[in-house]
Amino acid sequence: MRTITYSQAIYETMREEMARDPNVILIGEDVGTFGGVWGVSSDLMKLFGEDRVRDTPISETAIIGAALGAAMMGLRPIAEIMFGDFLPVAGDQLVNQLAKARYMSGGKAKVPVTVRVTTGAPGSAAAQHSQSPEGWYMNVPGLKIAVPATPADAKGLLRTAIRGEDPVLFFEHKMLYATKGEVPEDPDFAVPFGQAAIRREGHDVTIVAIGGMLPKALEAADMLAREGIAAEIVDPRTLVPLDKATIIASVHKTGRVVIVHEAHKRLGPGAEIAAMLAEEAIGYLDGPIVRVAAKNVPLPYSPELENFVLPQTQDIAEAARGLATRKL
Amino acid sequence: MAITDYPDEKLLHLYRQMYLVREFELRAINERRAGLIPGFIHSCVGQEATAVGACAALEPTDVITSTHRGHGHLIAKGGEPKYMMAELAARTTGYCGGKGGSLHMSDFNLGILGANGIVGGGIPIAVGAALAFQQRKEPRVALSFFGDGAANEGAFHEALNLAGLWKLPVIFFCENNLYGEGTPQAKQAPVADLAIRAAGYAMPGVIVDGNDVLAVYEATKAAADRARAGGGPTLIEGKTYRYRGHYEGDPMVYRSKEEMEAWKLRDPVTGFRARLLAEAGLAEEKLHALEAEVQAMLDTAVAFAAASPKPQPQTALEGVYGDTDGGLVF
Repeated sequence: MRTITYSQAIYETMREEMARDPNVILIGEDVGTFGGVWGVSSDLMKLFGEDRVRDTPISETAIIGAALGAAMMGLRPIAEIMFGDFLPVAGDQLVNQLAKARYMSGGKAKVPVTVRVTTGAPGSAAAQHSQSPEGWYMNVPGLKIAVPATPADAKGLLRTAIRGEDPVLFFEHKMLYATKGEVPEDPDFAVPFGQAAIRREGHDVTIVAIGGMLPKALEAADMLAREGIAAEIVDPRTLVPLDKATIIASVHKTGRVVIVHEAHKRLGPGAEIAAMLAEEAIGYLDGPIVRVAAKNVPLPYSPELENFVLPQTQDIAEAARGLATRKL
Repeated sequence: MAITDYPDEKLLHLYRQMYLVREFELRAINERRAGLIPGFIHSCVGQEATAVGACAALEPTDVITSTHRGHGHLIAKGGEPKYMMAELAARTTGYCGGKGGSLHMSDFNLGILGANGIVGGGIPIAVGAALAFQQRKEPRVALSFFGDGAANEGAFHEALNLAGLWKLPVIFFCENNLYGEGTPQAKQAPVADLAIRAAGYAMPGVIVDGNDVLAVYEATKAAADRARAGGGPTLIEGKTYRYRGHYEGDPMVYRSKEEMEAWKLRDPVTGFRARLLAEAGLAEEKLHALEAEVQAMLDTAVAFAAASPKPQPQTALEGVYGDTDGGLVF
């Protein structure tokens, strides 16, 4: 298997799917000539032409609305929104139109739209370019939410999104673009939604790590291993649908759970997972459900302040250690 | 074009459609009062000519997006009154199986991409449909109906800008009925003619008498021909007036009886009917026959709706996704 970056994995998937299906198009700000501000769409405009790879004005409402209307007519648009922070600019088209089109029509409207969007703090980008808005949209039935954490998942989940039948918010963590990993070459390689991955096995404590938190959670698990604590790491891969069974099975095994995400703690994805565990797995738990997440303030600019607000490897290790060594 | 240049068949069709829209609305209002229809209704009584004139200029393969005041648009694009009435009555036989109601009716086979509960919400969607037509080089046109109120929404600006930029085959049809909900247009926009905004998007802006179905038809036909030939979008503003409140039950404290009575002298339906008799020389019996046919159709529609089953509660969970991932999505 080849080792490629998360960014290359996304690029390749778009290239392969556009080559395979003429109905797949890419629209967004600077996705064409520029190749994407994150470089992800690279030479796709050269390869597929300005008709299928379209640079748009800075018009998030029009981007999502156009993707929706085009999907109703049979296309499979990929719409790129440069920063997750900009999703609310397209709020109505995303929440009231795209998410609900199928349901409101009694199931007749088919709207396969993949919204590729970045998430997370890239470092000193401050309050309007650093947010992790996944949880905002978990409260909107009709959307699916993918949070790939590895290059292979970036590829496999994006393929599933593009070939699927539903609107997907595909969150690409900015700090993961340059990370490398093994990615299968099979042109049909896909990762199904709603299937979590066990990234590391352990029996002392479960760490549910979402998206960009996976590398930090793995680091924390290494630290804990040196202390004799075996952490199990579960990566949900998609938040909607959520693989409850895998999370519950891990908690059944360990009896302890830490949920880690970069989104703000209050009503972040961890709140839903914690509530789910409280409803469905409370009997397996030997301690409180602990969340490690961004503090409930806007993301600050200063590195000192930002590092304090964002969850760090140490925070994850401390939380897991606290649970694992807790006297029952 | 003079009215005498139109074939009788076309004139009768336009009149029939307008009469159907008017009578459908009056029936719906009655049936809501009678308890058949549980939800709210924003009726388009008084605005029949914009809906019918514009849709008459479209081909069956063209598409429209509609508004909260959308019953007329749907009927004009070929929507069947019985499925519409059943949807209003929240029955399984309705256009959306009772999940949409007045604000969300759609029929994708007829090119009706949906009424819309959000002011301005359908405009970017029409642009997207036009994008698909352009990208696949299909000679089809998308038309978006919206009101004067929507012309002050951000979605209007983004959609028209994108369509002007890409020369998309789309028609923006503004039904200016002078009121955005309960506030007059003069208090909502610094310009009286919204069509002048077209200049900012490098597209023609056309003002028509929105109560004259032939004027609306001709303006829309010209825009559709141009769009189909690759000439890009057009903004049409049809000046019209709604007779009833923003919604049924609106106390209408914001306008005068005199104003309402003055507009009724320019009624799009009865005015056109009078012209058919006086100027086109059509026999009144023909109109009577057509009116009777429409009334019978509406009798059937109401009976169909009333006799149709209400949905089983569990079916509320169906249709959210095309693929539920084995039920995991819930």
